[in-house]
Amino acid sequence: MIKEIREPLIFEISETGKRAAELPVLDVPEKKDLLAGVPLRRELEDFPEVSETEITRHFTRLSQKNYCVDMGIYPLGSCTMKYNPKVNERLAAHPAFAASHPLAADDLVQGNLEVLKKLEGFLCEIAGMDAFTLQPAAGAHGELTGMMLIRAALEARGDARKHVLIPDSAHGTNPSSAHICGYKVREIKSNEKGTIDLASLEEAMTDEVAALMVTNPNTLGVFESDICRIAEIVHTKGGLVYMDGANMNALTGIVRPGDMGVDVMHINLHKTFSTPHGGGGPGSGPVGVKKELEPFLPVPVIAEKGGRYALDFDRPGSIGRVRAFFGNFGVIVRALCYILSLGHRGVREIAEFAVLNANYIRKSLEGDFDLKYTTASMHECVFSDKIQKAFGVTNLDISKRLIDYGLHPPTMSFPLIVPGALMIEPTETESRRDLDLFIDAMKAIAKEAKENPDILHSAPHVTYVGRLDEVAAAKFPVLRWEKKT
Amino acid sequence: MGYLSLSDKDKKEMLARTGAGSIADLFCCIPEAVRLDRPLDLPAAQSELELVRTIDGIGRKNAYAGQLSFLGGGAYDHFIPTVVDYLSSRGEFVSPYTPYQPEISQGTLQVIFEYQTLICQLTGLDIANASLYDGSTGAAEAVLMAQRITNRDKVVVAASLHPQYRQVVRTYIKNLGIEAVEIGYGPDGRIDTAEIGRLVDDRTAALVFQSPNFFGVVEDVQALSGAAHAVKALSVAVVAEAVSLGLLEAPGKLGADIVTGEGQSLGLPPSFGGPYLGFMACKKEFLRQLPGRIAGQTVDKEGRRGFVLTLSTREQHIRRERATSNICTNQALCALRATIFMETLGKQGLREMAWHNAQKAAYAAGRLSAVPGVKMKFTGPVFNEFVLELPKPWAAVDAGLRAKGIVGGYGLEADYPGIGNAALVCVTELRTKDEIDRLVRALQEVVS
Repeated sequence: MIKEIREPLIFEISETGKRAAELPVLDVPEKKDLLAGVPLRRELEDFPEVSETEITRHFTRLSQKNYCVDMGIYPLGSCTMKYNPKVNERLAAHPAFAASHPLAADDLVQGNLEVLKKLEGFLCEIAGMDAFTLQPAAGAHGELTGMMLIRAALEARGDARKHVLIPDSAHGTNPSSAHICGYKVREIKSNEKGTIDLASLEEAMTDEVAALMVTNPNTLGVFESDICRIAEIVHTKGGLVYMDGANMNALTGIVRPGDMGVDVMHINLHKTFSTPHGGGGPGSGPVGVKKELEPFLPVPVIAEKGGRYALDFDRPGSIGRVRAFFGNFGVIVRALCYILSLGHRGVREIAEFAVLNANYIRKSLEGDFDLKYTTASMHECVFSDKIQKAFGVTNLDISKRLIDYGLHPPTMSFPLIVPGALMIEPTETESRRDLDLFIDAMKAIAKEAKENPDILHSAPHVTYVGRLDEVAAAKFPVLRWEKKT
Repeated sequence: MGYLSLSDKDKKEMLARTGAGSIADLFCCIPEAVRLDRPLDLPAAQSELELVRTIDGIGRKNAYAGQLSFLGGGAYDHFIPTVVDYLSSRGEFVSPYTPYQPEISQGTLQVIFEYQTLICQLTGLDIANASLYDGSTGAAEAVLMAQRITNRDKVVVAASLHPQYRQVVRTYIKNLGIEAVEIGYGPDGRIDTAEIGRLVDDRTAALVFQSPNFFGVVEDVQALSGAAHAVKALSVAVVAEAVSLGLLEAPGKLGADIVTGEGQSLGLPPSFGGPYLGFMACKKEFLRQLPGRIAGQTVDKEGRRGFVLTLSTREQHIRRERATSNICTNQALCALRATIFMETLGKQGLREMAWHNAQKAAYAAGRLSAVPGVKMKFTGPVFNEFVLELPKPWAAVDAGLRAKGIVGGYGLEADYPGIGNAALVCVTELRTKDEIDRLVRALQEVVS
């Protein structure tokens, strides 16, 4: 390996007069007095000036400071970091799609509308729901949309109600999404199995409660086995069940949320359906509903008549738009491609292999790491640092040491009900070799924690930067480059 | 399928280790009664070659591809240098998660830091976030942010804000007790200044306007900001056409407190409306109310510079229901593309691109409004779009142009009932003089 170059900010290598791109000579008569009276810039002050060679080197070097799924296992629990098929990238960039304009008349974009309608249909079948909207741009956006749909449906019944119930194991976006929809959040405690406590639910489920937001499997990777009874309790009191589909990867082709009493749900295309995470997005969070909620879906809805597609804006009950245009269309194309290439059998295999891989890791690491909840795992397992704490080693140390082994750490920040969590989700696409690399590294680290904890405290040792001072970053924020004066 | 990596031997041995007798046993925690007892009703698996043919066939149903188009209105056709596609396709950028482990995410984090800097430079403001979903949700987040900052429950929104952005704002505020009042436009296409005094009052959290607005007209940002500030309301400038910032004075330098908008113009293809890039910048005193992720600079123990996600106590994973926004996944890869685009165009290139847009639009506006019966609807200054008033209903004109292979613009009647025979025409640097002349000739024939 060659010695690593410390890559400056582009602004630090900028030099007056350089440029990487030029436009053709202006082919219309130039008017010097254009936009007279409008304040114009004298120049784009401090904007970079570099060559194309420098641009390419800069971004290539920066890219090499990232870990990614293309390099190895990325076992972030609840994030479903599976392999992203390359052909889907190529097809999403197809000029017929990429060049198409969102304000073009329906008859000019029949192909695009077919893509949307097809994926809606596939998602309905996979989730057991009656209709889907593809407008939400990400999972949290889907949650917000779903809660708005619930509110609209309850308002139509005569009472929007005040509260939303959310289990204490939930992802932070759930309470936040409910809040933006004008609901107050009430937390439901988990029982000793890590699942929703039925007695607590029954007590909390009053006629002031609009909905229960449930993640199933939950963030412990545990299936809510009482889901039918849970739905019944909520429905009996006139509430609706929202399912966060972040963990849909455990269920595809095995069981459908719509068949277990779920009224509204979202699916993360960037998790279950393999669209790349892109270092934090773009995602896509389609929302599925049962018949009762269909009239409230965001506009426009795609109508089909005799093989022709048209946008339907005439939806008086609609909650309105949640995003301009039609959602993250390029992401939607990728997800459609994924389902087409998998077929019905392959879609079932997503869940089968995701669950097998997770259980293989769980069994292999039991004993080395503490498992707070021993309930059966689905697509992920949640260990903790309880055993290692005795040697002064935390989940953070374990995670940073994994980096030295050339691997990505698990999720640590939640579920909040497991202190020192190590939440591991391998997904279905990992090979046994890569699973074993991870297991062996974790075992070696468990041993190091006992024998040589310092090596964990000071990890990582092989990276471009060491552990960074996050406290200083928040206390004295430097959020942009500025020219030294 | 080729994406699974376990051999039959692996499966057998791994199952044995789990202690389960079969794959089905792994799902025993799911009640029998709800388990799916049939295969999903989906098509059979397709090989890569079949998939390419299928998708190609669907793509071919988009007749738009062969048209000469002058559509704008929130999605713009701009030149994208090849390096943008090439570099942003690298697996190291495409396939990581959000950079929660900074030691192995310095690439993504440094890119976000550069992106935030570029957005600050473009908008003339102090700080920027790492991205939002798009321009419409950016506008909605800005409204919520203004309400938190001012503790006021009314926003005045320009009717000349993108109609779909206005709809999204309405959807977001509906359940939060915030009232939105619309402010109209005058004959110049700018916000009707006579209305400001009546509508913007001491209950107003923000005056929300777009510049260049949906009609392509550049607003008087300074005057609007002054009017908002006079009643201690915030000035929120929305920019749907980010390339305009290469030429027009930064809204932050003209008094805007929050600038948000759509970054699609900066290296993202129109792609039927997404994925796009919501950007947002504000004055530094509003830092704690800024939604979304932010990258910051710091050091490691050896004093080496590095970047981390910071100020996360604003965010949902820490603050839960009291977070500034519920946003989690954003548009990181789109922000990366915009960063490469802006750095490639650079100081001279972005200004040149903006200048070409303005020149070509001016040329087109001059020629088109000289067609008998056709005139400019508004008298205000425009950037790269303008509204034409036509002697015939837009539907007829559009059909006539379409017969000649031209998508001449976007009819405004549906979004602005009563506006008459009017269409929004956009001319970017990609349209050649010949293409503009072709539109002029075609329009002449259609309206005569």
